[in-house]
Amino acid sequence: MEQLLSLFIRAIFIENMALAFFLGMCTFLAISKKVSAALGLGIAVIVVLTVTVPVNNLILNYLLAEGALAWTGIPALANVDLSFLGLLSYIGVIAAIVQIMEMFLDKYVPVLYNALGVFLPLITVNCAILGASLFMVERDYSFAESVAFGSGAGVGWALAIVALAGIREKLKYSDVPAGLQGLGITFITVGLMSLGFMSFGGIDI
Amino acid sequence: MGLRSVLDKLEPHFHEGGKYQKWYALYEAVDTIFYSPSSVTRSTAHVRDGVDLKRIMITVWLAAFPAMFYGMYNLGFQANEILAATGGEVEGWRGSIIAALGGYDASSLWDCFLFGALYFLPIYAVTFVVGGFWEVLFAMKRGHEVNEGFFVTSILFALICPPDLPLWQAALGISFGVVIGKEVFGGTGKNFLNPALTGRAFLYFAYPASMSGDAVWTAVDGYTGATPLSVVASQGMTALQEQWTWTQAFLGNIHGSIGETSTLAILIGGAVLLVTRIASWRIVAGVFLGMVALSTLFNLVGSDSNPAFAMPWYWHLVVGGFAFGMMFMATDPVSAAMTNTGKFAYGILIGVMCVLIRVMNPAFPEGIMLAILFANLFAPLMDHFVIQANIKRRLARV
Repeated sequence: MEQLLSLFIRAIFIENMALAFFLGMCTFLAISKKVSAALGLGIAVIVVLTVTVPVNNLILNYLLAEGALAWTGIPALANVDLSFLGLLSYIGVIAAIVQIMEMFLDKYVPVLYNALGVFLPLITVNCAILGASLFMVERDYSFAESVAFGSGAGVGWALAIVALAGIREKLKYSDVPAGLQGLGITFITVGLMSLGFMSFGGIDI
Repeated sequence: MGLRSVLDKLEPHFHEGGKYQKWYALYEAVDTIFYSPSSVTRSTAHVRDGVDLKRIMITVWLAAFPAMFYGMYNLGFQANEILAATGGEVEGWRGSIIAALGGYDASSLWDCFLFGALYFLPIYAVTFVVGGFWEVLFAMKRGHEVNEGFFVTSILFALICPPDLPLWQAALGISFGVVIGKEVFGGTGKNFLNPALTGRAFLYFAYPASMSGDAVWTAVDGYTGATPLSVVASQGMTALQEQWTWTQAFLGNIHGSIGETSTLAILIGGAVLLVTRIASWRIVAGVFLGMVALSTLFNLVGSDSNPAFAMPWYWHLVVGGFAFGMMFMATDPVSAAMTNTGKFAYGILIGVMCVLIRVMNPAFPEGIMLAILFANLFAPLMDHFVIQANIKRRLARV
């Protein structure tokens, strides 16, 4: 349990998806103009990451990895290695889950569905989501670990985008040189934020 | 009023159409240093108070003086004690000035002060000139005013540098702090990170060898003396108390960055800031309470492998840059939270983060700089939620 908690915290602060790995930058930069929108997107990312990373973990361990099909009991399948299908399956799973979640929200939680709007389908192509699944494969997480890692990565990304949105709302009143307005100053802002998050670098928990 | 008439006579040259038109920012800066400007608020939101940005900044600058003077003395004192033990001397131009004007006697106030000044003043001068250059350049190009905010940034930056810092690094650090930390956002009041800390953090990550470790805290070449914080992190509280007493650390007789050693001198300056209400007492209280709460928690939890868990709050207060950060850095009104509730939350976040980094992070023995930068990132967000909650509360009332 303690190990899972430390993995969760590490995924939020130390290995922050947005500010340590710079993943999911396109949505990170595009949808951080207002705190309310950023918060909505952040929650959507938390949900999607918490679901997709464990599901992809199951797919890897019971379908794709070498010898994963042994549970079928068919001798011909016992040694098949399908891990070359990994990338394809993960993105497919992500797209499918985002679709299912969209339909679910539309039917049962229309308030949240309307609040998220176009961001929900956009999450499919957010590289932080695929990145988390690939980190899971690379680091060989168990099912429980991938739940902790997925939710932690989501919370970390959400925290970063909400903080950026807060700063950008404040920067609306700044007097940025013409050449840097818009994305330029946002890039500098994100770089400086990453400097602030460096405080966690080196913590070993 | 000799000076006034000289300035008045020069003024037309700097106005629209004058021959020195593009140097107006410089003229304006010189004029307002000597005389308070007669301009008044032009738009709505009138504040009937004599305090303006210039006066606030000058007060902060003066409030940093006790820490600065003590820092210079202490720098010399620490170095002279080591030199007395090893029998060495300082080489180069500093050595010749010391030989001409004083000596290496650690018990002599003048000798220690001279020694410290010879190390601190070059860093401060470089910081001031280089930073001032960027400030004036941006002011001229972008048409805003040069103000005393820069006095504050430069003195705070110089005071949090280790005494041994190469001067080109001081120039690089303040350039990054002023340009990227402040001027690209439009100058004073428009930035979201503390410029002095941004510059120092940049140096810290770019040149860790001359910003951290054990060798940089005294001005004597080749001497390694650990700071109290790294002693605690590696050997524990008993080793710390064998080396220094609490009073010693409170008065400032320890190694460290130039301005951060004496908690007493910092508290004197901080008291001025609090009484004049330039520093928000809410932030200071928040930082203090956050630090006390988390360090007490760590004391209670305890740890077998990490000796820093046992460090009590009154030691956290006096060693390292905690007091300096709490009084001078965290209270920077631009990068801190603006709302009253937000200020408490912002302060507590700093205090908690500082102890967390000091205790939990083996890579950084000191945490106040990074804690403040981290809290700067979340300050706008705290304000946002406080304001939203306020709007909600008041809407419910209608």
